[in-house]
Amino acid sequence: MISAGELKKSLVVSLWFAFLTFPIMVVRVDPVESTVLWRWHNMVYVIVGSFFLSIIFRYLLHRRDIQTSRKESGQSNPDQTLIHRWLSNTRSRTIIFVSLLAVALAFPHMPYLSSTYQVNIMTTALMYVVLGLGLNIVVGLAGLLDLGYVAFYAVGAYTYALLNYHFGLGFWVVLPIGGILAALFGIILGFPVLRLRGDYLAIVTLGFGEIIRLVLENWGDFSQGPSGISNISRPGFFGIDLTLDQAIIYIYYLMVLFVVVTIFFVNRLQDSRLGRAWIALREDEIACQAMGIDKMKTKLAAFSLGAFWAGIIGVVFAAKTTFINPASFTFLESAIILSIVVLGGMGSIIGVIFGALVLILLPEYLRALAEYRMLAFGAVLVLMMVFRPQGLIGSIRRVYTYTPTKKGTTS
Amino acid sequence: MNGRILEVVGLTMDFGGIRALNNVDLDVKQGEIVALIGPNGAGKTTFFNCITGLYRPTKGDIFLYRQGSSRASLKGMKPNRVTEVGLARTFQNIRLFPQMTVLENVMIGRHCRTSSTIFGALVRNTSTRMEEDSIIESSHRMLVKIGLTQYENEIAKNLPYGAQRRLEIARALATEPELLLLDEPAAGMNPQETSELVNLIQSIAAEGQSILLIEHDMKLVMNLSERIFVMDYGKKIAEGTPEQIRNNPTVIKAYLGEEVDA
Repeated sequence: MISAGELKKSLVVSLWFAFLTFPIMVVRVDPVESTVLWRWHNMVYVIVGSFFLSIIFRYLLHRRDIQTSRKESGQSNPDQTLIHRWLSNTRSRTIIFVSLLAVALAFPHMPYLSSTYQVNIMTTALMYVVLGLGLNIVVGLAGLLDLGYVAFYAVGAYTYALLNYHFGLGFWVVLPIGGILAALFGIILGFPVLRLRGDYLAIVTLGFGEIIRLVLENWGDFSQGPSGISNISRPGFFGIDLTLDQAIIYIYYLMVLFVVVTIFFVNRLQDSRLGRAWIALREDEIACQAMGIDKMKTKLAAFSLGAFWAGIIGVVFAAKTTFINPASFTFLESAIILSIVVLGGMGSIIGVIFGALVLILLPEYLRALAEYRMLAFGAVLVLMMVFRPQGLIGSIRRVYTYTPTKKGTTS
Repeated sequence: MNGRILEVVGLTMDFGGIRALNNVDLDVKQGEIVALIGPNGAGKTTFFNCITGLYRPTKGDIFLYRQGSSRASLKGMKPNRVTEVGLARTFQNIRLFPQMTVLENVMIGRHCRTSSTIFGALVRNTSTRMEEDSIIESSHRMLVKIGLTQYENEIAKNLPYGAQRRLEIARALATEPELLLLDEPAAGMNPQETSELVNLIQSIAAEGQSILLIEHDMKLVMNLSERIFVMDYGKKIAEGTPEQIRNNPTVIKAYLGEEVDA
């Protein structure tokens, strides 16, 4: 199962690890007493710990290889997991969806479980669900790696903040404006990158995201710079004044609504003529053009529709926090949203939902392990990519079937 | 009756200092199977890439005569427009959409013959739904015609090699082309698959489909085509019926080299 050679490799890894962590794990300088404390026992822990982790890792890799070879020889199909079978059935999919929705609706009223803090976290997670679904159009369906997605989120947020600040416009008026403006920015980004693919596209989009943030940071007259915009109004509720707690719950329900609407629309887009064109574009750009698909239109549609959702959520974000500044729109945000899509499963709606919940909620609930949570976050991402590169829940798309009874045979 | 469908006039393509195509003339008549042959590197695929819009030719022009309308110049058109106007192609190295099912691959071919918009996709109104149904139906009929129904819901990359080649043809035909371009359709096929392919191409041609094909397999070319164009070093060196080509000294020279007197 595990050969002597692999044991040796693990041993080398653990010794190398002990060497690397020597300065932080073993040496401790006491500046007051001017003495050095040598904690050699830590080194033993590091060696033993990393040795076993490395063995486990090797074992799992070994098992994965066996599985893939089995899959290639057609003995079993690992993609046909229980979840997959559930989800490819329309009826059970409806049941899952409805029960998830019921839980989401009941959440703010659950005794013991929910509090303002919990509802707030959940609202944030739902916002990332929509952001993930939006980016999923660009990255998952159309296969265009976008590292500057947060720019559109910023456009939405600043649209609301500025219109509210200068003209006192309300949430519901600005919501569509924010979405459409972000979609326009999507097209503006789309034009120069039409010819680019892969790495080059990633770099340009990364740059675009940074440009938007730097403009917001430095153009003080326009955006009030790093000090941001405060006192943004919360969403109105038929002109009734809500208390803070009520407002939080109200925004939570708004987000549940947005998530449902987004799922509905993204699902329809994915199963449409346009959705197929996106997937074809992802699969083979040249063949796609040769089949008569307009590459330019299709890419621009992906960029603008993806950006639209980010703009909408940007408006919600500004209304929820009532204060925004450029620090909320750093590259890290883009990276997190991209991780949600990749971790959840590219092109998979349900995967992206779970990806968002896992990636946003886990760090919150792991606050007890505050110092290590970014470490755990990184480790989870690495392990996911090694063992489940297709994401938590791989893409499940509609299977088109021809049913001759539909119109009879017209021949 | 047999009017021209494609006319290529003085097509020239330069890549930097290299002239890949030099003043090539070619024409295809309605309902005809025409072959383009030549040794490796003769410029056959470059020729295809020029007329389908992947490359922009340096000089010359390409005209497509569509039924019931005047001729259209394809020069400078984008590949997707060329397909829309009525020229569909397959690729030398198979370019399917590997993760899509066989049926979906053909459905993509219907893209340029359908018109539903983002709005239609979101609202799913009656006309959109009817269009989707008709896409599925016509794609299915295409699979029946090409003989791929047993793979209909299979992922394209899992298909046997010969079936992948046939699927490429089905996908191209789904765009309802005036002229079908096949780039080495028999490459890498075994003799049985090749003979199946010959039958397939003949049955497509029997329905009046005009075909222009590049091929290395001489037996296939001689069997199928009504006229043959021969290229070497970017130039057209001969044209004529299979019989004429077989006995053409220039062609023999290009393929087998010159006889050296000892």
